[in-house]
Amino acid sequence: MARTLITLPAQIRRDEVIEVRTLVAHPMETGYRPGADGKVLPRDLIRRFSCTFDDGVTKDLVFSAELFAAISANPFLAFPLRATSGGTLIFVWEGDNGFRQAETVALRLA
Amino acid sequence: MDCTGPTRRQAIASFAVLLSPAADAAVWPADLAAAVAAFTRSAPLREGRVTLEIAELVDNGNAVPLSLSVQSPMTPADHVVAVAVFNERNPQREVALFGFGPRSARAQVSTRIRLATSQKLVAVARMNDGSCWSRTVDVIVTIAACIEGES
Repeated sequence: MARTLITLPAQIRRDEVIEVRTLVAHPMETGYRPGADGKVLPRDLIRRFSCTFDDGVTKDLVFSAELFAAISANPFLAFPLRATSGGTLIFVWEGDNGFRQAETVALRLA
Repeated sequence: MDCTGPTRRQAIASFAVLLSPAADAAVWPADLAAAVAAFTRSAPLREGRVTLEIAELVDNGNAVPLSLSVQSPMTPADHVVAVAVFNERNPQREVALFGFGPRSARAQVSTRIRLATSQKLVAVARMNDGSCWSRTVDVIVTIAACIEGES
């Protein structure tokens, strides 16, 4: 279990474009860096991220990302979303060594 | 002057052309050009429409805030399919690849990246009609990422 931080605006009006901000605790080890013993540390990256919106009827992909070694540790991603209706946001991070972290956040309109 | 060769003024002008940013794509290293071509599917690359915001002088290459946006109405008829960021001198040419769906009202994303050294960054946007737009930015890095081991 990795810690995640997902931030939505406190008040969301219908059809407003909001910024969704996500952060996940992960070392993003590049596989190019030597460790304390001089040996190169094995690569351990988050490879994919996706955010899906479920309004109870259909599931739409909002945003997806493919991440590489050049993304900083504890990957931060912020992206826009048009809030047309209330529903659920599903966030999934997937990576090396079978890493998978899923979170759901309710999207409520004011 | 009655000499027939290029005058000094012409010679200086031709150097200025060589140094102009329009020649960027031609001076990319082969591996960067290949990575970009794999993303664009060899479509011609045009400069513009993409904005890449990053500090020009970076103190610490381990976490450099980067935000990019693409000028696009984001309608079903005209939208951005994907945006990719490439670098010139990290161990790997790709930085990240972002995909947008119909609920993205704007083609915009912010993240934090690693930079191994002073180098060029290239952002490329692919539209739904297959056309590709790019922006190249030079950054200077004083403390590099990926160099030091665990302390």
